[in-house]
Amino acid sequence: MLVFVARRLALAVVVVVGVIVVTFAVAHLVPGDPASVWAGPHASAAQVAAARKFLGLDRPVAVQLLSYLGGILRGNWGTSIHTHRAVLSDIMTAAPATLELVITALLIAVVLGVPLGLVSARHPGRPADQLIRAGSILGVSMPVFWMALILQLIFSQKLHLLPAAGEYSPGLLFSHPLVKRTGFPVIDSILGGNGPMLGSTLVHLILPAVVVASYPAGLIARMVRAQVLDTIGDTHILNARALGFGEAQIFGRFAMKLAWPPVAAALALVFGYSLVNTFLVESIFDWPGLGSYAAASIATLDTPAILGVTLFVAIAYVVANLVVDIVQAAIDPRVRPA
Amino acid sequence: MIETPTLPPLDASLPRGAALWRGLRANPLLAVGGALVLLIVVVAVLAPLIAPFPGDAGNASHPFSVLHAPSPAHWFGTDQVGRDILSRVIYGTRVSPVIAVIVLVIACAIGVPLGVAAGFLGGWVDELIMRITDIFLAFPPLLLALALASVLPASLTSLTIAIAAVWWPWYVRLLRGQAASVAGRPYVESCRALGISRRRIIFRHILPNALTPLLVQVSLDVGGVILTASALSFLGLGAQDPTPDWGLMVAEGQSYFTPDWWLVTFPGLAILVTAFAFNLLGDGLRDLLDPKRSLLL
Repeated sequence: MLVFVARRLALAVVVVVGVIVVTFAVAHLVPGDPASVWAGPHASAAQVAAARKFLGLDRPVAVQLLSYLGGILRGNWGTSIHTHRAVLSDIMTAAPATLELVITALLIAVVLGVPLGLVSARHPGRPADQLIRAGSILGVSMPVFWMALILQLIFSQKLHLLPAAGEYSPGLLFSHPLVKRTGFPVIDSILGGNGPMLGSTLVHLILPAVVVASYPAGLIARMVRAQVLDTIGDTHILNARALGFGEAQIFGRFAMKLAWPPVAAALALVFGYSLVNTFLVESIFDWPGLGSYAAASIATLDTPAILGVTLFVAIAYVVANLVVDIVQAAIDPRVRPA
Repeated sequence: MIETPTLPPLDASLPRGAALWRGLRANPLLAVGGALVLLIVVVAVLAPLIAPFPGDAGNASHPFSVLHAPSPAHWFGTDQVGRDILSRVIYGTRVSPVIAVIVLVIACAIGVPLGVAAGFLGGWVDELIMRITDIFLAFPPLLLALALASVLPASLTSLTIAIAAVWWPWYVRLLRGQAASVAGRPYVESCRALGISRRRIIFRHILPNALTPLLVQVSLDVGGVILTASALSFLGLGAQDPTPDWGLMVAEGQSYFTPDWWLVTFPGLAILVTAFAFNLLGDGLRDLLDPKRSLLL
């Protein structure tokens, strides 16, 4: 097991270095000469040359890449052109709001997707199955930015059931101030025993989380169905049937047990996808997270910020895959290669 | 990070006649998806004949019919400069679906040769190609496409390049699995023993066997590419006005959304229906032709 973890970790490090190299390459794809852009339109040739030296662009590409890599490792992720702050500190400020949103969305996706997938597999080919399959394919076909706008229109503008934007009602800050401990508003209000604030944060989470959950819920329902149908004829299921277990137990307990590993792998995948989907959704809901930051950076063509967010999300995605692989290997020895 | 994908059965081939009919009967979703895709293709081909105001697909302006609600004259209403939204939605079938086809052709053109090389040649070639592929697969596709598109000048060409640049690794993985499984079979070994050239083995045995899974994967990917392209256009990184791109239309309509809901609703619905149609088709084709395929590849 230790050997597996060590090998898996080493692979993850290699991939992260590769990811940094790709991000560096993207940064250097910018058409035109960054030095002359930096120096401004009326700069003289000497000023452009000075800018090139100042920006380190006169060094060989390999040296530039090494210094970029070193900078990333030391926490120097560049300075945002738009906010004039260090990109990494901007990201750290924004990350908790996004993680809270994505984790809530994944919880919704599991709570919806697993039972739907099981019902679908219980009656393959029947109307309920067709309906659930169509619904789950609809979920993965959803343009999330459009769904966000439509749900906002229906549930907050027309029906006035849910708040349209923000993480909580700002008015509450005067009567029930939110004490910052972890940066996650839901957790902070629980830790602070702040009931009204907790209610407000949860109500504000509903719409954005449901939107972000559409893709993962659809994918999980499809995976559970496929996986359960694959194992439902196996001898251990036959055995459980012979022992007189009810169908609910057969599906929910015995068949589902074998479906969890691929579902967990899918969760790591959709964690990464959902982080990116927040780029499309957060600004619509005025959610102060990475997605809003990324969308604003894209709108202002703030390259250091865009690449910083790209790197952060890619690393988070690699780490999520790593964690799922290690947890699976810990639970199921068959996953560990010799 | 990469597990070897579950290999589809090698005898998978396109069913014809009665078998095809049985497949469609057993899988009504495939029939619905196929019919919708056909409809979208017909609309795209006949757009100039179907669209009530073909001129509105481009740079038209009608100051006296700005932001009209849906009516018998304009079924989907009009936009902020008075263009007929139905006409623009109809012409939109010629934008992102066509981009999806171009992206997938490029992705296959890069991914298929690399995958065949990795799977058939093995050794260090395989190692090198797959490690590079792994790194590209470490990005969620939309993320890297976003980063690429944001450093390129905003245009449909940049958008196509950005998405194609992140889509090819999936085809390398698919083709490598196929090629490796065929390359290890006894009949290919006997081909080698007979001195048949690698080129001939690849074209006669490896590629034909990979065709069905490739077809399934392409049909599964069209919806994903359309969603990715629409997302980039929504963020302003793709199509520019007056291109009748659905993602761009949603973005432009956003500021008029309340109370003028039709600006966003119909173009977005077009994205949803198109992605849904292709995903139904792809899902159904997988069930029919390649039932062992994992959903995750």
